[in-house]
Amino acid sequence: MLSQDILVVGGGLAGLAAALVSDPQLNVAVLSKVHPLRSHSVAAQGGINAALGNNPEGRDDSWEKHAFDTIKGSDYLADQDIAELMCERAVSTIYELEHLGVPFSRFPGGVIAQRPFGGAGFPRTCYAADRTGLVILHTLYEQSIKRQVKFYNEWLVTKLVVKDGRCLGVVVYDLARGEVMPVKARAVIFATGGYGRVYQRTTNAFINHGSGIGIAYKAGIPLKDMEFVQFHPTSLYDTNILITEGARGEGGYLVNNKGKRFMEDYASSAMELAPRDIVARAIQTEIEKGNGFEDEYVYLDLRLLGEKKIKKRLPGIREICINFAGIDPVEKPIPIQPAQHYSMGGIDVNAQCASIVEGFYAAGECACISIHGANRLGGNSLLDTVVFGKIAGEEASKAVKGSKELKDDEKMLLDEALGMKKKIQEWQTKDSGERVHRLLNRLKVIMSDRVGMFRNKKDLSKAMEKISEIRDDYKRIYISGQCLRYSQELVNIIEFDSMLDLAEVITLGALNREETRGSHFRVDFKDRNDKDWLKHTLVTLKDGKPRVSYKNVNISKYEPKVRTY
Amino acid sequence: MEYIFRILRYDPLKDERPSFQDYSFRTEEKMSVLEALMDIRNEQDSTLSFRYSCREAICGSCGMVINGKFDLACRAMVDSLKAPVIVIEPLPNLEIQKDLAVNMEPFFDAVHKIEPYVFSKKQVLEKGHRIEDKEMDKIFQYINCVLCGCCYSACPVVSRDEKYLGPAALAKLYRFIQDPRDERPFSNWSRVNTEGGVWGCDTVFKCNEVCPKEVRPADGIEALRRKLVVEKIKRIFRFKR
Ligand SMILES: Cc1cc2nc3c(=O)[nH]c(=O)nc-3n(C[C@H](O)[C@H](O)[C@H](O)COP(=O)(O)OP(=O)(O)OC[C@H]3O[C@@H](n4cnc5c(N)ncnc54)[C@H](O)[C@@H]3O)c2cc1C
Repeated sequence: MLSQDILVVGGGLAGLAAALVSDPQLNVAVLSKVHPLRSHSVAAQGGINAALGNNPEGRDDSWEKHAFDTIKGSDYLADQDIAELMCERAVSTIYELEHLGVPFSRFPGGVIAQRPFGGAGFPRTCYAADRTGLVILHTLYEQSIKRQVKFYNEWLVTKLVVKDGRCLGVVVYDLARGEVMPVKARAVIFATGGYGRVYQRTTNAFINHGSGIGIAYKAGIPLKDMEFVQFHPTSLYDTNILITEGARGEGGYLVNNKGKRFMEDYASSAMELAPRDIVARAIQTEIEKGNGFEDEYVYLDLRLLGEKKIKKRLPGIREICINFAGIDPVEKPIPIQPAQHYSMGGIDVNAQCASIVEGFYAAGECACISIHGANRLGGNSLLDTVVFGKIAGEEASKAVKGSKELKDDEKMLLDEALGMKKKIQEWQTKDSGERVHRLLNRLKVIMSDRVGMFRNKKDLSKAMEKISEIRDDYKRIYISGQCLRYSQELVNIIEFDSMLDLAEVITLGALNREETRGSHFRVDFKDRNDKDWLKHTLVTLKDGKPRVSYKNVNISKYEPKVRTY
Repeated sequence: MEYIFRILRYDPLKDERPSFQDYSFRTEEKMSVLEALMDIRNEQDSTLSFRYSCREAICGSCGMVINGKFDLACRAMVDSLKAPVIVIEPLPNLEIQKDLAVNMEPFFDAVHKIEPYVFSKKQVLEKGHRIEDKEMDKIFQYINCVLCGCCYSACPVVSRDEKYLGPAALAKLYRFIQDPRDERPFSNWSRVNTEGGVWGCDTVFKCNEVCPKEVRPADGIEALRRKLVVEKIKRIFRFKR
């Protein structure tokens, strides 16, 4: 049986950061359902935050101010000690990335360039034009080649195997061979990213099914704050490809069909650079009031930046607009609409990225520590993946070095793999029933229509019912094609099980939380309610049912205040 | 519009040889070839295999040959092909694993061979390196490379000489040599002073033509050649002194 000291699941930024710092004496591998460079991190555009103070307008910036902005942006649901930890490490993290070869854009004098981003008191977002994710992911990948990190690509984890509160390893489906097998590991780190495709409109990659979060949940690990789903204000109308916040950071305006910069009605001082939850709701409100175009979108106008600046700072955005919408932003405004973008919630882990299961860690978008609380600031996720990816790798290394290898755990791993094989055979022997893409389409519509940006009790309750109907139908799922090699259908069937769990946990958390906070907006409870709801939601699977509990927020320095921008 | 998608199918474990299969496909919407392929897979034949991820031309997963043209399927729009029959083939020069999914390993091996990372002996500088933007501009086109493998597949030299590193790897090497932070010794990069390296290139510029990200790998190869020659001459003079 394949056996690793540390098994990192996910080859995005968090996964590679974890693998790179793991103790080289240990036997470490990265396993991913796609080649690492195809991970969604590659699509990040606008930048990564750190209080370097390089921008002339940012001279007075400090990591403490960055932490405060993060906490305020989170609508005070972030754990303050954790937000501080991340922001304090941000500066050295950027210089380390720079040292490793990340080709950041520069200001005159040769220092790393920084642009303004939403919800930030100072321009502190470091960038490489609008391809920041591409360059950081490629750089960390290059470093893993240098370090000869072992990769298992195109392997999908289907199950996390836990015995008596200890993680034993995982079961995987190897796409190229079409086979299922167990992998033993003394420590497993999940860096499996977000679940955007649970929604109809999302900026996320086609592959972002979020199965890692669902697999951890199935193994009995609580999920935290899942009701907090970020909707990005500016996705390209129709395809929902992201148009970075950097476009507004560089000076782009939002205008409605009356030609008005409507943000002055919603956030008169921060305007377009208010936090995402506020701008996204403002856009949706304008569209619903009839102030949009075709009742679907508003305009993001970059023309005032001029051709030179657009080509230099936002070349990727220009390319996307030309390729996918036939519009050159130098000449025409961009039609945009909000779309699901990021998961603030995730697998419940502590500051060491450790979960309640011994030997199981999580980092990056799939994890919730919690840094982003009820609303993440742009540029803070890339930072989160690198800072906490490293912490996960270091902590897992320490734990493995300090523990003894278990000898008698192979049987359970083999049994679990056999169980998976049997399940697949069952799906294969049926020749009629439900098809996974149809179920997924139904689920997406429910989530977008009823668990979207504006929520209420009636819709959320209805969504719970509908999700459970789809869950019943999922029992009748079957594989229509007989070849298991590179079967995307099988991947989707396996991951859909997780998607159902995620949809249920998101909706349940949203239904219970009778207040409005950050991205979670309840039309029937429009105010934030710190007295009753300044707490994290935890949902744990017990006896096949989700159980909800709550946990206090760490408030170390900043008393919650009303957010104004 | 009604289209025929003529897709090359092959499962090396079962089929004797690759063969085309036709799928008819109707759409009135503007959609990408990738979306059409997903629809065909969902509605007509779930054994059809191909890779994809980001759907916005940045992850490099879905390189293939569409009506004779190398492209990323997510960025090729069905209607702009302006053809009733759309022929789809996997990237050539690489072994087919299943249908449109090819074995990318030889391509990545070539990239890994040039040691694609910044060589630096220094500790992390407290405030980072000072580099002017115009220095960064020199490597800008090369960092746009998404390693999709289109150039490697299209390269006539790769198809006859499997030892040839190919356009992406060589352009990547140039990207590092041009990076002011890189301190790799001449002995490292002069290894490409061979037929398997920069002198293998036929200068037919297929790579420049097919790159979906507007990288011009051949520019990098030519610049590397010049640099090698200049460096050699410098060394001869230094030796004589
Ligand atoms: C379009 C876009 C632009 C963004 N721009 C920015 C930005 O400018 N700044 C910023 O801070 N943030 C940005 N974000 C957010 C940020 O990019 C992501 O949150 C972050 O990159 C996630 O990284 P990750 O390593 O956690 O996950 P990912 O990069 O998504 O990687 C997940 C990995 O897990 C693997 N995986 C998943 N499930 C399984 C499984 N079951 N088995 C095996 N492998 C599995 C995948 O193959 C993949 O390798 C952006 C997000 C989007 C969608």
